[in-house]
This record gives sequence, structure tokens and C-alpha cells, in this order.
Amino acid sequence: MLEMKHITKRFPGIVALNDVSLSLKRGEVHALVGENGAGKSTLMKILSGVYQADEGELLIDGKEVHPTRTRESEKLGINIIFQEFSLVPDLNAYENIFLGREIRTKLGTLDSRAMRRMAREALDRLDMHFPLDCPVADLTVAEQQSVEIVKATIFKCNFLVLDEPTATLTPREVKKLFEVIERLKALGVGCFFISHHLEEIFEIADTVSVLRDGCHVYTGQVNDCTQDELISKMVGREVTQAFPPKRGVAEEADAPIMEVRKLRFPGSDEISFEVRRGEILGVAGLVGAKRTESFLALIGRDPSIEKEVLFQGKPIELRSPHEALTHGIGYLPEDRKRTGLFLPFSIRSNIVISTVARLTNKLGMVLPREEKTLSDRFIQRMRIRTTSDLKTVSELSGGNQQKVIIARWLASNCKLLIFDEPTRGIDVGAKAEIYVMLQELAAQGLGVIVISSDLPEVIGLCDRVLVMRYGSIRATLTGADINSEKIMLYASGGENG
Amino acid sequence: MGEAAASGATSHEEPTGLVGLAKATVARPEFVSFVALIVLMVLTSFMNENFFTVDNLLNITRQVSTTGIIAVGMTFVILTGGIDLSVGAIVALASTLMAGMIANMGFPFWLASLVAILGGACTGAVSGFFIARFALPPIIVTLAMMEIPRGLGLIYTNGYPLPIDREFGFIGREYVLGLPIPTLIMLIVFAAAYFVLNRLPIGRYVYAVGGNEDAAILSGIRTARIKLMVYAVSGFTAAIAGMIQTSRLLSGQPNSAIGVELDAIAAVVLGGTAITGGRGHIVGTLIGALLLGVLNNSLNMIGLSPYSQRVVKGVILLIAVLIGYLRKRNSR
Repeated sequence: MLEMKHITKRFPGIVALNDVSLSLKRGEVHALVGENGAGKSTLMKILSGVYQADEGELLIDGKEVHPTRTRESEKLGINIIFQEFSLVPDLNAYENIFLGREIRTKLGTLDSRAMRRMAREALDRLDMHFPLDCPVADLTVAEQQSVEIVKATIFKCNFLVLDEPTATLTPREVKKLFEVIERLKALGVGCFFISHHLEEIFEIADTVSVLRDGCHVYTGQVNDCTQDELISKMVGREVTQAFPPKRGVAEEADAPIMEVRKLRFPGSDEISFEVRRGEILGVAGLVGAKRTESFLALIGRDPSIEKEVLFQGKPIELRSPHEALTHGIGYLPEDRKRTGLFLPFSIRSNIVISTVARLTNKLGMVLPREEKTLSDRFIQRMRIRTTSDLKTVSELSGGNQQKVIIARWLASNCKLLIFDEPTRGIDVGAKAEIYVMLQELAAQGLGVIVISSDLPEVIGLCDRVLVMRYGSIRATLTGADINSEKIMLYASGGENG
Repeated sequence: MGEAAASGATSHEEPTGLVGLAKATVARPEFVSFVALIVLMVLTSFMNENFFTVDNLLNITRQVSTTGIIAVGMTFVILTGGIDLSVGAIVALASTLMAGMIANMGFPFWLASLVAILGGACTGAVSGFFIARFALPPIIVTLAMMEIPRGLGLIYTNGYPLPIDREFGFIGREYVLGLPIPTLIMLIVFAAAYFVLNRLPIGRYVYAVGGNEDAAILSGIRTARIKLMVYAVSGFTAAIAGMIQTSRLLSGQPNSAIGVELDAIAAVVLGGTAITGGRGHIVGTLIGALLLGVLNNSLNMIGLSPYSQRVVKGVILLIAVLIGYLRKRNSR
């Protein structure tokens, strides 16, 4: 029995987990659901020793344990399979399975025969089939996941955490995975199963718990509740209040600022949609829905994906983000630190980088005074809290960093802005400010697209919502249809999904 | 960017007053090298009275000019997060081509220089093309480009130096305004680089590519062009160094400038530019180049053998990088 009691975990400016108590029995599948940011991942990272809880305790069979790194939690019999696999692509399956805990012969050399035999036995035990001797890079995603499962369970494993294991699997592969989970159950392994796909939970789990905003709001047998009940528990709060009222854009009257046709990923349906002047178009979907990929392809970040784009009534080519920007289409990336900010640079440099070519005199020389004027204007308009525009951007809080990125694109005078997760990981106050700003932009006649995994945000903010799943649009919702039940339904594959 | 780099690692406020200015100066990463340069000069002048003479100091700047000019292009490359190992080979190719044009084809000096320098820029652009277009690792591409131009120079001269007339030695040997011409050219190249990096949009883009390439792409910067450009700039400055050398040695030297890429990289790093790109300053590179030059000169003056000199240089480079790292870590 694995017990978490009164776990609280704080990060600067945010309480990620607030007094959460959960338990997991051997041979039980315990589903954990909640929106993005509800605290599921944080909880699992505490289990694996990546984070330490600020308060509360972790017990195994009644004995308190304190893992401080992954290796320690593994020794305690807790193994976690994250969404991002931790396999070395160029090593083959059994080398990955035994990585760092290789079996050696008496001479100290690698005993590959013993390792192969042990791996083979594990495969038989779980009724899995994949080649042990080819580099894992050549295996399918599902096979790589199998490697991870064997790796996690080949030594002592009493508790296994599966973080969104089905996000990137085909329905057939999901079925196969569930058979493996059943076998693990029979072997006495307790599983935490994290998934956004509610129908799967009713198929595989015994127990289900709901987290919302870091709080534990529900635990019960899966048979005791319905999918709708779970969704309302996940979404929970009154969602409309935090948002400024929608403007109620006339549906067909407004001309589309952009029409996208036939954007298509290999193996997916075509994506076609339009954005109207003055509206906020939401894009909802679960992990693996390819929302970010679609819009990166749209602005030409991946020129190999073909599409047809009409912008302000005229067909245009978008072969690079540069070209998109010259047409007035800007994309604000979801990952601030990785693809958004220039961390070593000042706030000023971060704001003006897309605009600096315009802040020049006749000789093409940059005018520092113009740069300062522009960045100061946006620091003020975005209410970025800083003592100087020369402060290094890495020293700002997440919310202020996000505002710096938004300022960069506002400064570039775009006609259409694509915001990818504009409020991820920032505090409530900054969120509200960003919402107001998004509505102002739409009111000024810009096209605004908001890609978001935050359901209340999509519901409270957007005039129309595209729901995506596996690289295609499954529904376009308007008006009263924009609610969490409908979005979840289409996003998780209901209604002929 | 310019001001981000200038504000150093700890101080972000605009420097106000003498104290603020002093603090900002101390925080700059190249400050360590600057102090080392001063200390070295003081120490050497005690040990040898001939060190602190106008002649010797001017001589040092002339000796430094080749490495210094090459290090300017290298600064552009390293600011984008790249590296250019081909500069020595480009010096040699430019040198032999230029001598050939003068000696065998009767080109006037200015035209031969112009062709050689543009040829150097094009050779650099070839590296840049492969790095930008196919996202090949710079260290591999320029390793290959270390061989090709060098080989072409050797083919052209059959491996022998190609002499030119004494009259073509003025660039390498004469003085203007009391300064050796190579020193003057070096200062002009640094000034031009300062202008480009700090006052032109393209300079901002160079920093942006090294600061975060993905963010730069999404911000609408044509990063491939910037990469192509910095390697062309590096080839350009290397060829200028080749031109000076040809004039000074009165011959095209296919075997010259071997290992100069390492001195240039050392100058850039000693100047506080981050090897991972995005942070650094061209003035730091000048300090770094001068430090290397003064070090060479003073080790000669105190009579250290060339073998020992290499050990000392290596140790100093290591210490400088270590101090830079510690300062950066402690400022966090």
C-alpha cells in the first residue's frame, strides 16, 4: 500500500498541491484526472523523488519514506513512465532496459546473454512482442513504451505510474496497453493511471481521483460516477466570472481575416478553418492533438507541410515565420524559455527584436532612443513590473516574462496574432490582465487565435472554439455550445471521434 | 544585445554617476582580461626597461593585428553560437592568390587585395551555406574548410612561397599618423565591427541567433541569412589579415597562419564572449587580442623559451576562463 498524506507543495507564487491525500493498493488501477496544471505531474514528481513535498508524508506499507531522487524511489519499488520517454535512441531495447544497472559477469564485463534472457522472460510475463536487438529509435512509439514498461518493472516494482500513456497511441495500441496493465495488476503491481481520455478510465481503472487547482476534490470507485460527473468535478469552479464579457461578434457579418484550407499532416485529415476580424478563436484539444504543430506549420516553421492560405482575401505563401510576420501574422510560442525569450538579453532587447529594423535613421542605424521609447511604452501598456527596461529578462517572474513576449508581438503591428498557451504557468492576476488585453486586441479589429489547454480560459474568452484531436478539427463550437462537456467530448474522441 | 552585454552579469540599471559606471565596468566579463593586461604590462616593465617604450608597444600592436583582425570575424561567428576553424586556411589562400595576381598576372596591389579579400569572404560564405542551409555542425564544416582552401593554396604555389616585389611591402611595414598601417587597419576593422554589432539591426540579429535560435526564427529573423553572413564576415576578416601578412612578408605563404584560428578563438573567449553565443562584446575581443600579444612579447622579453611560453599561455587561458565562470556563477 502506497499512501500520500496531506501533501503540500509550493512554488514561487503558486501552490501546486494543497493538502492532497491519496493511496494506491497493490493490484489496483487508480486513475488520476484533472485539467492541465491541476497538480498531477507535480504529485508524480514527488512520488519519484524529483520534487520534495513541503508538507505531508509518503508511506509505503505504513513506513514513512523520503525519496530524494529517482534511483531512490525505484529502490522503494515506485517507477514512473513519463510522457517523454527516457530511452537512449541509439541503444537497443535490452541495453536500455538495463541501462545503469547492467548485469555483469564475474570478470566485470557485460553479461549480455543474461540480460537478454531476463528481458525475454519479462516480455513473456507481460505477453509483449518487440525486437530486443534493434536500436529503440527504430521501434514504434508503442514499442518504445513497452520498452519503458519492461524497464520499469524488470526489477522490484510494486507501484507504477503511467503519465498520459495513451496520448500518442492508436486505438489498437491502446487496447494492447490495457492488456499489459491487466497483467501487471494480476502480478500485484498498483498503477496510477493519468489520462485526459475519460472513456479509457472507465475501461481500465478501479478507482478514480480528481485534482483541481492543486486540491484533491474527489475519490471514488469508477462504477459510482459518470463521465459527466467527472468532467464537472474537474472543471468545477464557476468559470465565467473571471473573464470580461464577450463582445458577441456578429457571426457571418465579419469578414474572415484569414482562411486556411487543406493544411494536412501525413496520416491526418485536412485542417480548414477561418478567423474573423475582431473575434477570439479558441483552439482546444488534449495532449497529442497537434495544435501547436498545426499552427507552426501554418506560419511556415515547417515549410514541408502544405496548405492554402487566404489572408485579407488574397492568397499568400507562408514559407517562414519571417514571411508570416511581413504579412502581419505573428505566433507567440507556448514555451516561453525555450522558444520565446532571449534569456540573457534585457527586457528592451526582447521587446524590440522583431521591430528593430524599423527603429532606424536614414542610414539604417538603430536609434537607441527610439528603442527605449518603444520598450517603455509597452512596459507601461503591459504593466510589466520592473525597475528598468535594461533588466535581464531572465530575472522577471513568469507572468512578466509572458508580457514581454506579448509586447514584442504587439510592437510588431500584426493583424493576426496566434497565442499558444498565453497564460500557462502564470499567476491569476497576470492572467486577468492578459485576458483584458486579448479582448482589447480583438476589439481593435485584429484576428486573435488562442490555443489553450486551460478549459475555463477557452470557455470564458473565446467567441468560437475549434476542438482538435490527432491533427484534425473534430468540432467548431459557438455560443452556448462552448462548454467544458462539449469540448471534452470532442477532444477525447466522443461523437464518432 | 549591445546594452544587455554591456550591462554585464550583475548590474542592470543604467549606470549613473562614477560609482555606477565603475560597478558596471567591473561587472563586465572582459574586465578580468583587462586587469590581467594591465598587471602584465606593469610587471614586464619592471623586468625589462625596453618594454614600456613607444617602439615596443607599437610593435606589439602590429604583431597583434593579424590575430586581432581574424578575431573580429570570429567574434561574429561565436556570438551566433558557431565556431570557425577555417580562418587560417583562408589567410593562406588569400595570401597566395594575392601574391599570384601581383607576381604572375601583373595586377595592381589594390586590385589583387580586393579580389583576395572578396575571395576570402566567398570562401567563408561556403562554410556558412552548409551550416545555414543543412544545419550541419559548424565545427565539422569549418574543419573540412580548413583543408580545402589550404590545399588550393598549396596546389597553386606548389607548396613554395611566392615572392612579390619590395614595393608592395608598404602596407605591412609603413606608418601613417605615427601608427603602423596594420595597427591602423585593425582599429578600423574593430570600429566597423562595433558599428555593425551595436548600431545596425543585423548586429542585433547576430546576438539573437546565438541567444536563442528558435526564438529568433519565430520572431521573424531570417537566421539562415545571419549565419551565412557571419561566416562570410569571418572569411572577409581572415583575408584582410592575409593581405597584411603578404605585404609584410613580401610573399604569398601557403603554409602561413597554421593554428591562428586557435589564437583568434582564445582572444574572443578572453574577451568575455560566451562560447555558446548570445553574449559578448567586440571591445572585449580587442582586449583579449592585446592580452595575448602582450603576453607573447613579455614572455620573449623576460627570456622564456618558446616551449615554456606555450605552457604559460595555456595556463593563463585556463585561469581566465575559470575566473570568468566563477564570477558568472557568483553573480547569480
